[in-house]
Amino acid sequence: MAPETVRFVVNDAERTVEVEPMARLLDVLREELGLTGTKEGCGEGECGACAVLIDGTLVCSCLVPVGQVAGAAVRTVEGLARDGHLAPIQQAFLEHGGAQCGICTPGMLLAAEQLLDRFPDPTEEDVRVALAGNLCRCTGYSRIFTSVLAAARARRSP
Amino acid sequence: MRHVGAAVPRKEARAKLTGEARYVDDVRLPGMLHGVTVRSKTARGRLRGVSYGEGIPWDEIVVVTARDIPGPNCIHLILDDQPALAADVISHPEEPVVLLAHADRALLARAREAVTLDVEPLPPVLSIEEALAGGTVVWGEDNVFKDYRIDKGDVDAALASADLVVEGSYTTGAQEQLYIEPNGVIADAGGDSVTVWGSMQCPYYVQKALMPLFQVGPERARVVQLETGGGFGGKEEYPSMIAAHAALLSRKAGRPVKMIYDREEDMAATTKRHPSRTTHRTGLTRDGRIVALDIDFVLDGGAYITLSQVVLSRGLIHAAGPYECANVRARGRAVATSHPPHGAFRGFGAPQSLFALERHLDVCAARLGMTPEELRRRNFVKQGGTLATGQVVRDDIDMGKLLDEALERSGYAGKRRRFAQENPGSKIKRGVGFACFLHGTGFTGSGEKHLASVVAVEGTAEGQVRVLAASTEIGQGTNTVFAQIAADALGLPYDAVDVAQPDTAQVPNSGPTVASRTVTIVGKLVETAALGLKQIVEAAGLGGGDLRAAIQRHVAEIGPLRSVAHYQQPSHIQWDETTFKGDAYGAYSWAVYVATVAVDVTTCEARVEDFVALQEVGKVMHPVLAAGQIEGGVAQGIGWALYERVAWREGRMANNRMTDYIMPTSADLPPIRVFFAEAPYVHGPHGAKGIGELPMDGPAPAIANALADALGVEVSDVPATPEALMELVHGA
Repeated sequence: MAPETVRFVVNDAERTVEVEPMARLLDVLREELGLTGTKEGCGEGECGACAVLIDGTLVCSCLVPVGQVAGAAVRTVEGLARDGHLAPIQQAFLEHGGAQCGICTPGMLLAAEQLLDRFPDPTEEDVRVALAGNLCRCTGYSRIFTSVLAAARARRSP
Repeated sequence: MRHVGAAVPRKEARAKLTGEARYVDDVRLPGMLHGVTVRSKTARGRLRGVSYGEGIPWDEIVVVTARDIPGPNCIHLILDDQPALAADVISHPEEPVVLLAHADRALLARAREAVTLDVEPLPPVLSIEEALAGGTVVWGEDNVFKDYRIDKGDVDAALASADLVVEGSYTTGAQEQLYIEPNGVIADAGGDSVTVWGSMQCPYYVQKALMPLFQVGPERARVVQLETGGGFGGKEEYPSMIAAHAALLSRKAGRPVKMIYDREEDMAATTKRHPSRTTHRTGLTRDGRIVALDIDFVLDGGAYITLSQVVLSRGLIHAAGPYECANVRARGRAVATSHPPHGAFRGFGAPQSLFALERHLDVCAARLGMTPEELRRRNFVKQGGTLATGQVVRDDIDMGKLLDEALERSGYAGKRRRFAQENPGSKIKRGVGFACFLHGTGFTGSGEKHLASVVAVEGTAEGQVRVLAASTEIGQGTNTVFAQIAADALGLPYDAVDVAQPDTAQVPNSGPTVASRTVTIVGKLVETAALGLKQIVEAAGLGGGDLRAAIQRHVAEIGPLRSVAHYQQPSHIQWDETTFKGDAYGAYSWAVYVATVAVDVTTCEARVEDFVALQEVGKVMHPVLAAGQIEGGVAQGIGWALYERVAWREGRMANNRMTDYIMPTSADLPPIRVFFAEAPYVHGPHGAKGIGELPMDGPAPAIANALADALGVEVSDVPATPEALMELVHGA
């Protein structure tokens, strides 16, 4: 397949890449754009380590051909902090031990962002369900729930 | 300010939360190739030849076979029986045979498919039973890697005079570590030296494996740990293999080679928890005293010995649990099969043997007509009592008190009553069960003496303090706890302490990051070295004032400032490796875990609804990290108990995908309620004992006991998947 030009927005910046349209968004982010914060854990959409937001919706970037995001807005973990200040969700993970080895963390943060964008005041059960597509082998998830609930409070009353 | 005991921020958290942390797959070197492995697929056989198919530009591809290995063809570990690449004998179905490298990964994938191995098949050994039967011999004369014994008292006489003898047999399945970052390395072996960067727990193990393979000394074999996305034992010994492979390709290519396993290869080819079979014969008096424990413990080691003898030894020592029994005979064997080698996984043999014991004691209690808690209470070892190896317990432990507190916190008595009333009329059967256990801190027996760990602490020109150790941060919090310890020893702020990246060219060998030893053993050395640094500054006449300024002055005016601490085994530890008698560990952590389960008898799906984890671990160094370790370990234990089944087909893992191998998600787990008791250990920093592996030991027996309570059937095997429970409840 011949390379094509694909234009999309990544973390608020216009980006143009010349790639095969069937290339995985994950590889384009990591290799063409140098955004290595997005991780590959399984390559088949099971673990959620590669999750990013496409127009606000959580998607496993290992399953998305880059051609599909033409014209869309993608947010990765690199786009969470602003001007060196951690986003509330990052700050909460920092304070409450939501990250251990860190490999699931980028996807987990974006899954939490999607939840909090849609449901600013979630219950713990909401958090459990919202994060069920993001596997973590270190934490047993407890500290992640605490972190997400703390971030929800911080976002409501910054 | 004191930092130990406080929830200071994790050292590397910010980098992990912003995406800046660099894992091996995030690193690209100029001119770098990618490497892949061609594996045998046949469980056992003789390699007759290799053919390279049509349509692949083979002249462009770097091809490595056993013939390209400069030194002896083996991955050095305890016993050098595992080849780096199979030359003529195939011993398991994931045996690496040919390595390929190229810049284009798509071409490489096609090339791998185009390699055909001509293998003359031989009969494999696919289970512990087949290995013990000895009909087919795949290792030595009898398939037995190691045969260890613990003997205390007179078991035969005690069994003969016991009021009751209860027998039982228990099995546990393989378990995949399932770190979310697969195994991976980058190697640069282009010149006359070898450098490897990668995801690993033990950089010095990798160095030790590379040296003979490439016939170089330590100065020409450099190993650097990058940010590591989980280990759980799965990156203890395996990284030596993938590092060797990438380095062999790099040597031939003259360029750096990156080798990252995809998930399917990682699950199928790398180590897993040893499957086990344990039989118990237990002599009891009518009033519930255990007078004899006769235990036969067998592990499936897979095709090569790797770490099996060490896993076996820890498993065997833990097989008699936290009880005082005058007569113990425990035999442990690790046997060879045609599975890929099983290896290190959190708990290291203890979860297997403790599962059998703690399940069996519930069976014994039922036979005596006694409650399971009362049977335990009458047999707990006390301070000053002796464990199976004859070790006198020095720890200030009261297991009866721990048990009472754990049962109280879980609402055990009320649940037992309520479930007995509600279960008969319900399709959902509930049960509650518990397990009492211990886990030895650090290497077994004389292991720590042999390791002779070293840590250095240095002062920098900027007045910072740097901890130099080979102990790796793999998510558990090494960087943070080392910085807490050094900061408190020196009276400095937490941010004044940095922890160096583990790089064999930069840091001394503080031993492997395994065996729940990092805080207790290495952390103590960090403290000693930090205190030594202060003494050096004072001896130079710079003490008294601001230490950071003094460090700067020392470096500027006197020269490098470095303090080194060497491990000294505490004099009370006496261990006889031949008889398995004495102090198996310097200290133990102790715990009681209580699980509440619900089983839908229509689908036989089991859920854990509540989990209480109470443990005595010496000093809790960091409340958030410590609880995080326990919660994560319990989650892994719940997975092993209920969900995580490795399906074997002709020696291969058939369900080597996250779709088919089910680990717990956030929706599957109960609230995990963690409680600590603290009884300081005099030889640990601030009194700390081991914590990393402990939480893996308790969940499976607690859950199996709860399932037995719920369903009224004997749950003797884990994982207790719905299929397995269906068979127990409704018959095959």
